[in-house]
Amino acid sequence: MNPKIARHVYGWLLFAPAAIFFILFTHYPIVRSCYLSFFNNPRGVQPRRFVGLANYAYLVNDPIFWQALKNNLIYAFGTIPVTVSLAILMAVWVNRRMTGRAFVRAAYFTPTILPMIAIANIWLFFYTPGVGLFDNLLKSMGYSGRNWLGDPDTALLCLMVIAIWKDAGFFMIFYLAALQGIPKDVIEAGKIEGAGRWYFFRRVTLPLLMPTTVFVVFNALINTFRIIDHIFILTKGGPDNATELLLYYLFQTAFEFWDTAYAAVLTVVIMAILMTLALAQFKVLERRTHYQ
Amino acid sequence: MQIEVRGVSKRYGKVRAVGNASFSVEEGQLLVILGPSGCGKTTLLRLIAGLETVTSGTIHIAGREVTDLPPDKRNISMVFQSYALFPHLSVRENIIFGLKVRKVPGQEIERRLARVIDLLGLGDRLDSKPGELSGGMRQRVALGRAIIAEKPVTLMDEPLSNLDAKLRNSMRREICSLQRRLGIGMVYVTHDQIEAMTMADRIVLMRDGSIIQDDVPENFYEQPANTFVARFIGTPPMNIIPLCATTGGAALEPGGEILFPGIDGNRFKLGIRPENIRIAEQGRPAVVTGQEYLGSDTFIACEINGHELIVRTRGRKTMLEGTRVHLTWDPHTLCLFDAQTEQRLESLPPGRKEG
Repeated sequence: MNPKIARHVYGWLLFAPAAIFFILFTHYPIVRSCYLSFFNNPRGVQPRRFVGLANYAYLVNDPIFWQALKNNLIYAFGTIPVTVSLAILMAVWVNRRMTGRAFVRAAYFTPTILPMIAIANIWLFFYTPGVGLFDNLLKSMGYSGRNWLGDPDTALLCLMVIAIWKDAGFFMIFYLAALQGIPKDVIEAGKIEGAGRWYFFRRVTLPLLMPTTVFVVFNALINTFRIIDHIFILTKGGPDNATELLLYYLFQTAFEFWDTAYAAVLTVVIMAILMTLALAQFKVLERRTHYQ
Repeated sequence: MQIEVRGVSKRYGKVRAVGNASFSVEEGQLLVILGPSGCGKTTLLRLIAGLETVTSGTIHIAGREVTDLPPDKRNISMVFQSYALFPHLSVRENIIFGLKVRKVPGQEIERRLARVIDLLGLGDRLDSKPGELSGGMRQRVALGRAIIAEKPVTLMDEPLSNLDAKLRNSMRREICSLQRRLGIGMVYVTHDQIEAMTMADRIVLMRDGSIIQDDVPENFYEQPANTFVARFIGTPPMNIIPLCATTGGAALEPGGEILFPGIDGNRFKLGIRPENIRIAEQGRPAVVTGQEYLGSDTFIACEINGHELIVRTRGRKTMLEGTRVHLTWDPHTLCLFDAQTEQRLESLPPGRKEG
């Protein structure tokens, strides 16, 4: 065989295993979902029928969709700043020379290695009205407890607290690595120039952590649309759709209401959001966070 | 006196990094701390800078004791080996970083900046990030950051070691002339004897955490304190060969011609610089064992009684291996070292006129 062609065949053969699974489980379902979002649901012997943008029109008028989107945004913008700040704080804290540093680092990282389902069950106990950890604490201080997860005013907040608790330790690892990547003599140059700790943090450390922050923020954003395991255990989207997040709503639509056409529309919407975020991340990372 | 280091020691647990070091730097002087890697020279500089704390001893800078003060209170600026520039800040922001920290007024900053840019020729790169600059330019930025502080003392930690040989030569001269023009006291750490010899007003040579010799450059060459200094300074290094005892004095070989009458040859070593040996018609018989041609010079390796001697000759010489030659030298160019302590003897025992 022509050696040039042989090289091509060789290349494609190496590429094939990954490509096949990607096409099978990622690309094909995306295309198929887009396609299905323009049809109605097949009923019994009646095959599916092209309906144009009817499903999308339904989406625009669906109050639960808007509720879920709003919840998702609150969830994202409520958790991410706190998570990122906590992660930086913890990283700076455990980056210092101190006794038991390894233990503290491991402790902060523990929530990350637990399965979300297990975490949800632990927190379910914390939030249980009357006998849970929080109510017991409140009671010991003389306050009355409340139904944390059963109250539309607090349910989403409860989920957000869990997300912060779980993710802060994970993102701390990235910040810890970034902090250790700051050259020692740059820090010493700051000392020679007389920069105080806060001044140096603000003008040098924080800007040097920017690439990490961009990475972490986008991943956290994407995660808020992706991770819904705890909703299954804790609230199932309730009460009164107070904890309905987009992906959970998609799950319900597809596998509880069996409305595959509308589920396809929701899939397309979530896909569009995630793709936009991913593209934005690449653009930002490319543009402004390379120094060396 | 700009800097005075008195009896300074630094220990890390059981390891002694610097032991009982004392020296001083006069106003406007350039002092080089020289030594092989791991000798404690950088640690000593960091002690002066305040980046490390002394285990014992005191440090005075510009007439004030600074032993327990943090770096920014010591009236010093510093240039790091890796330049330690802030990668996210422009050249301009890097240079004026310290002035902003100290809240120097804007007009004053601009005035000083203009002068430093002028001194270093950085005018057209003010808005570049360090990552976009060549090694030499980064070095200039680092120098600029040190100069603009207008401190009486600047510390330099191997500032040229990351540059290529050609750039190193020109930067070396540039740093020297800057230091002279600005009249700053400078402590300059290097492992490069050429940098030390060419730049220094005074050299402090260290080994294993101790100061071996503290002297002006020419004395390092002509009157090395011991065999270590003799071999550390000079390329090729000083020839050091053991003497042996023979009837009536010390000679290069048993039964050979007596070089130093009346002394016990077994207790001394002979030192002589390669350029002080001549190949002549008469003198010590030797055998050529090799040669290195460098363009302006040829180094010829000879052997006397199994000990190698390097002879430096001008221009190009071709000498085949195994050629028998005669070596001669001026007796007053000889150094005598104690074979036990390796120390140089101050006064040479009277020897015979011609070697």
